[in-house]
Amino acid sequence: MLVLENVHTHYGKIEALHGVSVEVNKGEIVSLIGANGAGKTTLLMTVCGTPQATSGRVILEGRDITHEPTSQIMRSGIAIVPEGRRIFSGLTVEENLHMGGFFNTKAEIRKSQDHVYELFPRLKERESQRAGTMSGGEQQMLAIGRALMSKPRMIILDEPSLGLAPIVIKQIFEIIGHLRDEGITVFLVEQNAHQALNLADRGYVLETGKIRLHDTGKNLLANPEVQNAYLGG
Amino acid sequence: MPAQNFKHALFCAVITLIIAYPILGLNLEAQGINVTLTGADTFTIVSVFLAAVVVFLFQLFRDNIMGSLQGALSGLSSGSQKEPMAENKRAKIESWVLTGIVVLALFWPFFVSRGAVDLATLVLIYVMLALGLNVVVGLAGLLDLGYVAFYAVGAYTFALLSQYTGISFWVSLPLGALLAALFGLVLGFPVLRLRGDYLAIVTLGFGEIIRILLNNWTSLTGGPNGIGGIPDPTLFGMEFGRRVKEEGNTSFHETFGIAYSGEHKVIFLYLIALVLAVFTALVIRRFMRMPVGRAWEALREDEIAARSLGLSRTAVKLSAFTIGAFFAGFAGTVFASKQGFISPESFVFLESAIILAIVVLGGMGSQIGVVLAAIAVTILPELAREFSEYRMLVFGAAMVLMMVWRPQGLMPMRRIHIELNKQD
Ligand SMILES: Nc1ncnc2c1ncn2[C@@H]1O[C@H](COP(=O)(O)OP(=O)(O)O)[C@@H](O)[C@H]1O
Ligand SMILES: [Mg+2]
Repeated sequence: MLVLENVHTHYGKIEALHGVSVEVNKGEIVSLIGANGAGKTTLLMTVCGTPQATSGRVILEGRDITHEPTSQIMRSGIAIVPEGRRIFSGLTVEENLHMGGFFNTKAEIRKSQDHVYELFPRLKERESQRAGTMSGGEQQMLAIGRALMSKPRMIILDEPSLGLAPIVIKQIFEIIGHLRDEGITVFLVEQNAHQALNLADRGYVLETGKIRLHDTGKNLLANPEVQNAYLGG
Repeated sequence: MPAQNFKHALFCAVITLIIAYPILGLNLEAQGINVTLTGADTFTIVSVFLAAVVVFLFQLFRDNIMGSLQGALSGLSSGSQKEPMAENKRAKIESWVLTGIVVLALFWPFFVSRGAVDLATLVLIYVMLALGLNVVVGLAGLLDLGYVAFYAVGAYTFALLSQYTGISFWVSLPLGALLAALFGLVLGFPVLRLRGDYLAIVTLGFGEIIRILLNNWTSLTGGPNGIGGIPDPTLFGMEFGRRVKEEGNTSFHETFGIAYSGEHKVIFLYLIALVLAVFTALVIRRFMRMPVGRAWEALREDEIAARSLGLSRTAVKLSAFTIGAFFAGFAGTVFASKQGFISPESFVFLESAIILAIVVLGGMGSQIGVVLAAIAVTILPELAREFSEYRMLVFGAAMVLMMVWRPQGLMPMRRIHIELNKQD
């Protein structure tokens, strides 16, 4: 579904990714864990085309998207829940969702909207409320809902549990599992390593711009190196 | 809450006075070649003050009044659908009020002096300009300091077309607007990837380039001498002059068998400007409700998020820029026709600044606010003609005070949404 081959990404002269290769197969949940500043967000944004990889290749469903503009990539069945949620706080919940389905027909939008409200009944209750006035958990739900509006075949999530209460985190992870059951491929970036690896079919560990480890979720959880570095011993 | 209400009510009452007094309480009268300012009769002035008092009292007790009104309304309708009903009602009331204002504006010129109508036409031109710039600055968040360039394109399109090809106002109106939009498109394409300050500087430069071009391309534009003899609009082929200028046209006063009066033309121009201003407001309102309008707001709020949804930054910004330019071209055509003579003098940077001031003063994004601000900014300097040397000083001071006390503008844009249960 998504393949990164030896990807290098630069911010100006500084190289943030030093040859990263990652593969996400159809129907999987793949988790990428790593410390702050390891380059997780950079990796996801490289997939989205901002910034673009300076060398290596990014392939989405067999198509080389390395040099495609962001707007084109994001209309090809892939959606991202960006780090820090980035909902449109001045727009209402419903308007936020409609932005997510910007390139779909009215009928499609209505259908996806109903679906999102089914997943997150909370959002339905707050339909006409300004998104910025909601709690962090609700905003995260909205960010996920907005990403789902375009009916993506693959969804990328950048630290969806960041700054949320444990009970809300549990809810969010349940939803992510549910998305996989619906047939959506999930690429999940987390610092919350335990839950992310527990849920994942496979996992990668990123350290200062390089893939350090790569295994099934279960094996990584059991790996002493991972336990030491990311699971608090 | 009462203290806050009091401040708000006082503010509203003062605004009422500021706006109503100049319009109703003062008349410009022509005496020979001089225009003098005369006060209206005591009755009018007393009414204006009474109106201000009514506004004050209403705003002070607004919560009580609206509360009991809403209570009465929800008593009529079934209780379960209370929230959306109130919302509907409010939108309805708002549109009724707006319609009322437009109807008033339609009949108003027949009862006031010619100078006042002329000034009102200018206000309407500024309303059009500000509504257009509001799309660019208020909605899309692009600081355009060269907006006057598109105004100039519209005005010069009409002036040149009428001079060289004899094209009429009505044909030129869409042409001028389209040409201005084309300029917006061509200029916007390379510069819209610039951010904030850089965009402001480049657009500022563009505005000056257009003006200097008009000033120096003497063979085509007449340079600083400008272009005169720009025809007035016609009404179904009827002209408003004393004598018919164009072959095949008739004159208005002869057709209707009434005595010639210079006022007909002034009122007609005012009405055209009114219709076009309303048209501008409606079209832009429509855009705001369409996906493209949301895209402007979304991109302004969070560019990264908007792009992650597949929106193209350039396309969204360019659409706002082009639409803004289109309405500037519109206003330019009306301006050229109203003045009958244009020169580069009319399109200096100060104009861009004034239009921008109207947008900021009106509360970015809000249409009613823009209309009020256009009235205030155009009329106040006319009233203070004796202090004309200090005009910019007063203007600057007013802007500074405004930014300190009411940075959100006179009437900040209120997004339509329902406040759900406030208790949680
Ligand atoms: N816009 C940027 N410009 C320059 N350097 C950046 C930028 N974004 C991230 N970086 C750098 O790239 C590295 C990886 O950052 P990031 O991808 O955000 O890490 P993570 O998401 O894993 O916390 C960091 O050293 C960070 O300082
Ligand atoms: Mg990150």
